Amino acid sequence: MKARSLVPILYILFLMLPIYWLVAMSFKTTNEILGGFSLFPQVWTLDNYRVIFTDPTWYWGYFNSISYVTLNTVISLAAALPAAYAFSRYSFMGDKHLFFWLLTNRMAPVAVFALPFFQLYSAVGLFDTYLAVALAHCLFNIPLAVWILEGFMSGIPKELDETAFVDGYSFPRFFTTIFVPTIKAGIGVTAFFLFMFSWVELLLAKTLTAVYAKPIAAVMTRTASSAGYELGLLAAAGVLTIIPGAIVIYFVRNYIAKGFALGRV
Amino acid sequence: MTLELTDLSLRVGADMHIYPTTLRLEVGSFNILLGATGAGKSTLIRLMAGLERPTRGSIRVDGQDVTGRSPQKRNISLVHQFFVNYPHMTVFENIASPLKVSGVPTSEIAGRVEAAADILQLRPMLHRRPQELSGGQQQRTALARAIVKESTAIFLDEPLANLDYKLREELREQLPELLAGRGTVIVYATSEPTEALLLGGNTALMYEGRVTQFGSTAEIYRAPADLHSAQVFSDPPINIAPVEKRGDRMHLGTALDWPVEGEAAGLSDGEYVVGIRPHHVTPVAPAAAAVPITGTVRITELSGSESVAHFSIADRVWVSQSPGVTQFFVGQTHEFHMVPAECFYFARDGQLAARGSAHG
Repeated sequence: MKARSLVPILYILFLMLPIYWLVAMSFKTTNEILGGFSLFPQVWTLDNYRVIFTDPTWYWGYFNSISYVTLNTVISLAAALPAAYAFSRYSFMGDKHLFFWLLTNRMAPVAVFALPFFQLYSAVGLFDTYLAVALAHCLFNIPLAVWILEGFMSGIPKELDETAFVDGYSFPRFFTTIFVPTIKAGIGVTAFFLFMFSWVELLLAKTLTAVYAKPIAAVMTRTASSAGYELGLLAAAGVLTIIPGAIVIYFVRNYIAKGFALGRV
Repeated sequence: MTLELTDLSLRVGADMHIYPTTLRLEVGSFNILLGATGAGKSTLIRLMAGLERPTRGSIRVDGQDVTGRSPQKRNISLVHQFFVNYPHMTVFENIASPLKVSGVPTSEIAGRVEAAADILQLRPMLHRRPQELSGGQQQRTALARAIVKESTAIFLDEPLANLDYKLREELREQLPELLAGRGTVIVYATSEPTEALLLGGNTALMYEGRVTQFGSTAEIYRAPADLHSAQVFSDPPINIAPVEKRGDRMHLGTALDWPVEGEAAGLSDGEYVVGIRPHHVTPVAPAAAAVPITGTVRITELSGSESVAHFSIADRVWVSQSPGVTQFFVGQTHEFHMVPAECFYFARDGQLAARGSAHG
């Protein structure tokens, strides 16, 4: 029994090692980090975190990231819910091809779109806004959302829709007061994935922003180059970057298992 | 209030799903659509409910054409075979939902919901969610939602098919009573002839997208219009065989012949198809005049209250159904008795030619 549990424990320790290292570094001074090998911080310091929470360049980075990620999640869901409904309930000319084509959008490297997007958003005056990044991330997030939601929606029998129409519900009323609540688990799972993908995407976010909408990851690289190697500060910023994802995962952990069971996630 | 279908048909691609159908369903009537799976019962209900657009023909309510009207504007109720309720609402909210959408004042809703809940014995479950209920209670919730509003028509699409035996019997007994006197047209689809007979009312027999016969349930059971109707309305399946009338006797191949009686005596000589329901082919000689048949037993089914035997005669397999327990031995011959007066004779085009009895 003991020996059997040893293997997963070792494995988890192995997986957690880089994260532990990051967390440990965030409480060390830069001198200690560069000075030599230490498993625990010799001198505990909260200075790194203090800098982040007091310097506007730092905390605005977080705020910017969260803003465009949230905006993107909302836009993607708003567009994907009706689209997924259409794919799950109706058959129309080319529906299967269109559905597959949506998926292929996820297969293109994001770098391909960086240059045209930069040009396009500059031309229409959206450069360096939350909306620019949020819209750019729709490129891969809407197909993903349609794909996941369609799986959940197809699990709801069509008879539910028909019963509601016979009961007198108009389509918009049925969709918002019956259908959406019925698949709220699916929407939760979808929102989680949208949030995560947008949160970790860097290339487009960096390309389409300069000052006002600069994401936290971009702040991290720029600060590093201007102020030498502030390793402790970067580590603290890294820790704070992981936290939102961890919080979201905590809330949707049960739904995710359901999503996996449906085979679409 | 009447619900009239005139030449209503539905074609999808090259397939006729519903052949032109004309029916007139009266208010307060209990109408059964009886047919095998795939006969078009659900499709016909979907057409009447407005969930499907007909290719041709019209639907009239009280003479008013509603063919193009959406289901929302038809003021109807529908109960599916699967228990369909709104999962995120309580039973109370589920039953109240049709009233709420049609703008019934809140003060009135609670009373009407409770009244419907009382009829269907749902009072103690009003504050639970559908998924916390048993299948029977879930379907009763769907039924309550169907009766709570004053609809023009209530469509029930095999509402009892997914319930277990005991619940099905219980609910089947209550159904005609709780649906009666509502001033609505009731349409009830089922695939079980026994259920149709128990429910009474009118029956429309359906076979491969056609309504083959419509009339009072008891009447069309006694006098099927054609071979398909007879087949649809018999469980176990009706025994059929080609026969030839020569003079005053019917010949089933060389194996069997019997004297023709009743209406059938007036038939001209020639080829027909005989149909006789399994309970008129019995192992014990009945009181009525009967013809002995010797057949080889193939399969037997004993249910305690009745015995069913499948036996081969000539090159066909016939079924005998009789009350009580009769011991059959598979592979051995057994003597059965057929009542010629209960035979139906169909012409070669399938239409009923004559009955073995005199009339009625």
